Amino acid sequence: MLAYLLRSLTQATLVMLAVAFIAFSMFRYVGDPVASIVGQDATLKDREELTESLGLNDPFPLQFARFLGNAVQGDLGISYRQGRPVADLLVERLPATIELAMLSAIFALVFGLGLGIYAALNRKGVVANLVMSLSLIGVSLPTFLIGVGLIFLFAVTLRWLPSFGRGDVVSFGWWTTGLLTESGRKSLIMPVLTLGFYQLTLIMRLVRAEMLEVMRTEYIKFARARGLSSRAINFRHALRNTMVPVITITGLQLGSVIAFAIVTETVFNWPGLGALFVKAVEVVDIPVMAAYLMFVGLVFVVVNLVVDTLYFLVDPRLRSGAVVPAR
Amino acid sequence: MSDLAKPAPVEAPAKLKITFKERVALWRDSDLWLSFKSSPVAIVSATVTLLIVILALMANVLAPQNAFDPVALNLLDGFSHPMERGAGSGMLFIMGSDEQGRDLFSALFYGTRLSLVVGLASVVFSMVVGIGLGLMAGYLGGRIEMLIMRVADIQLSFPAILIALLIFGVARSLIPPQQYETTAVIVIIVAIGLSNWAQYARTVRASTMVERNKEYVQAARLMGVSGFGIMARHVLPNVMGPVLVIATINLALAIIEEATLSFLGVGLPITQPSLGTLIRSGQKFLLSGEWWILFFPAMMLVILALAINLLGDWLRDALNPKLR
Amino acid sequence: MNEPVISVRNLQVEFVTRRATLRAIDGVSFDIARGEVLGVVGESGAGKSVTGAAIIGLIEPPGRISGGEIVLNGRRIDNLPPDEMRKIRGRKVAMIFQDPLTSLNPLFRVGEQLIETIRTHLPMNERQARNRAIELLTEVGIPAPEKRIDGYPHEFSGGMRQRVVIALALCAEPDFIVADEPTTALDVSVQAQIISLIKKLGRERGMAVMLVTHDMGVIAETADRVAVMYAGRIAEIGPVRDVVQRPLHPYAKGLMGAIPTLEASASRLVQIPGSMPRLSSIPTGCAFNPRCSEVFARCHVDRPAPLPVNGRRVACHLYDQTSAEIFSAEASR
Repeated sequence: MLAYLLRSLTQATLVMLAVAFIAFSMFRYVGDPVASIVGQDATLKDREELTESLGLNDPFPLQFARFLGNAVQGDLGISYRQGRPVADLLVERLPATIELAMLSAIFALVFGLGLGIYAALNRKGVVANLVMSLSLIGVSLPTFLIGVGLIFLFAVTLRWLPSFGRGDVVSFGWWTTGLLTESGRKSLIMPVLTLGFYQLTLIMRLVRAEMLEVMRTEYIKFARARGLSSRAINFRHALRNTMVPVITITGLQLGSVIAFAIVTETVFNWPGLGALFVKAVEVVDIPVMAAYLMFVGLVFVVVNLVVDTLYFLVDPRLRSGAVVPAR
Repeated sequence: MSDLAKPAPVEAPAKLKITFKERVALWRDSDLWLSFKSSPVAIVSATVTLLIVILALMANVLAPQNAFDPVALNLLDGFSHPMERGAGSGMLFIMGSDEQGRDLFSALFYGTRLSLVVGLASVVFSMVVGIGLGLMAGYLGGRIEMLIMRVADIQLSFPAILIALLIFGVARSLIPPQQYETTAVIVIIVAIGLSNWAQYARTVRASTMVERNKEYVQAARLMGVSGFGIMARHVLPNVMGPVLVIATINLALAIIEEATLSFLGVGLPITQPSLGTLIRSGQKFLLSGEWWILFFPAMMLVILALAINLLGDWLRDALNPKLR
Repeated sequence: MNEPVISVRNLQVEFVTRRATLRAIDGVSFDIARGEVLGVVGESGAGKSVTGAAIIGLIEPPGRISGGEIVLNGRRIDNLPPDEMRKIRGRKVAMIFQDPLTSLNPLFRVGEQLIETIRTHLPMNERQARNRAIELLTEVGIPAPEKRIDGYPHEFSGGMRQRVVIALALCAEPDFIVADEPTTALDVSVQAQIISLIKKLGRERGMAVMLVTHDMGVIAETADRVAVMYAGRIAEIGPVRDVVQRPLHPYAKGLMGAIPTLEASASRLVQIPGSMPRLSSIPTGCAFNPRCSEVFARCHVDRPAPLPVNGRRVACHLYDQTSAEIFSAEASR
């Protein structure tokens, strides 16, 4: 067991380092950090002094190490455009994105699982086929269109929900939440639906496919031959076996919800990290871009670790060190 | 028996040269065509896609108005409703006009054409990069293979949008601002292309690994011929099926990706309209009631993506050996 | 007393496909008495497994039972509604499959799977069911059952796993059990143990056992009677000693000739030329006629009905009195 977790941890660290490397390369070599700070009129001497004081002439590994050291301590540089420390910007906008991402993930999980199981168990049913066809359309619909469509329907035409922003938020220290106010909750509905929709279709199709596979296995056949009830077979056995591959893939999917939020945040003017990133790309604000990349990398790595651990807990074959087949 | 007594014919034996007619007949008998004919979904989506492609490519010829030439526009035509005649020029605007009097019906042709071009080009780019890296990984093995596959794995867990945005941002910072507009198309194609190569690499690498161990590769190497070239010639035909499936679904994704990027404002500039930029402009007017400026480009995008996706789905099922 | 536990009469099973309707089983009849082991042999695709699946009610669409009847202890079971059939499955009839590794759900402990099955059919609480599960494990020969009951399937060896599978099948004291190639996936050394376990349990509990296999050696050792199946029909059925040592049907002769024995001289094994026809192209008349070395005109026209000969039933025109005029020498064999 220890070996397994250790291996996961090592992989995680390596990935994180790779991401940091890319971020650092962008940071240092793309564009001209010196120029952004001193502006056009600086003399050559000023430039050289600044270059030296920023440590830009030091050997690469040293700069990288310094970058990592700073990052770990929370110093991610200064935004070119806004002039403020990047770390501050991140912290300011983090709660908005996290709240949106988590609610979307829960929405996608609950309905994706439910619909997927329903579609698998009622394979030939009319409703199930309808749901599957709609899911195909869902995959072809770009997220931003869903957002725009929802805005048009609920904000413009029906006027039930606000068309942008977070509404009123309540703060706890540096954290803010919209769940405690009515306008906050109303503002959350459409963005959560938009962001979660794509994930929902993916999860639903995956769960259905996996469950259908499981229903064809020998052990399910034997369970039927033993006279177990449909309920026991479907929900006790088949579901548990379906979960194993589903957990892995779903976990990774949801890990990238944070990044998918980019589009949704832009459509709804949601003050989160995604919107920040898009703005940064538009104006080529490298420090912000690099910091966002590292943040997403961190989330990805953490989610990976959690998924690995969950997988370990769910499948007993892993615990005794046996080689694991697909299910 | 008497044939043996005849002198041998001088021309090449007939069977070696298949006539075109016979080739077509062979194709018609193939599993793929039979499967296609029997699937109404495939036929409809293929027809729709083909129609859209042809119409888009002929934009210059078919569009009633050269929508992006400022000279052709009349401001008084602005905000005409669908099926209304313009107040300024009297032209019939089938899908309405935008704030500058631009005929949306014409704009749709041009927009679709650019979206298709960008989508196709980026898919080709992804394919070349992906197949190339996949072949390398499969053939060379060892550290290089591990490296390439790890990168592919990691890239596959991040949404393509993020990667495309990153590449776009980096490219932007390397290009002087004056050249943003002229290079936008190339940058977008490269950005989207680079965000989607991993799937191809995975599939091709798997097939390459299988071929690598076969004897003809060893034999070729012994003879001094590059095993790589020979293997590429044998791996590629085998792998074309799955690659085609990936490419089709990729095309739909690429078109959506471009639309998303343009919508976000980091894609094509307003002077080079694609479906995405049209939708972006249309969004501004949604709240004030001129819904058609957004509606028609959006519809076209959805129909196009849906048709291509359905085609890809059918292709995947038709080529799946397990289902035959 | 002499009423057979299970009685199959003229069973027909069809599979409806787009191209044609295939008859996987065409007029199969047999009885099995209490404590008796009926071996069912034949090549792959002869319909052995389908017969077992039909009895236990596990034929899935596009397959269906299209004719005949199955009677269990005097009660017809082939036409029961699904929930009635479900109650019978496991309780009155049981089935075990070939590969013990894939027959057990890898995510559940052995004990959990046992207790669940016991409590589905018998009114017991958790503790009673657990005790019963331990008893069953002992009966099938698992050492230290109180400990092993909490183990996962992958922690058992192949032979042990198959014993667990047998225990699971016996949870609710069924009257009839179908063992579908129970030893094919096991090591040779373990095969004999499992086979004798099945036979012993059948005897002790008075169960009727239908042992499906393509291994003639197993049949010769274990079965009381044997049915030789070919292309969905029974070619010959009778006491095992008779059929194995003095086979009547030409196909059965070929099969028995193909068993390698230590006593036989080192001559070539008998081979039956050709192969069994596919379901979509079964010949008219006797299904074996293309490969039969003793074929004659009638074989291509009439399908032979099972005829009683010397204490067994053979479906072959050679033994039909009406062909005696043509082959009087063979008929008196």
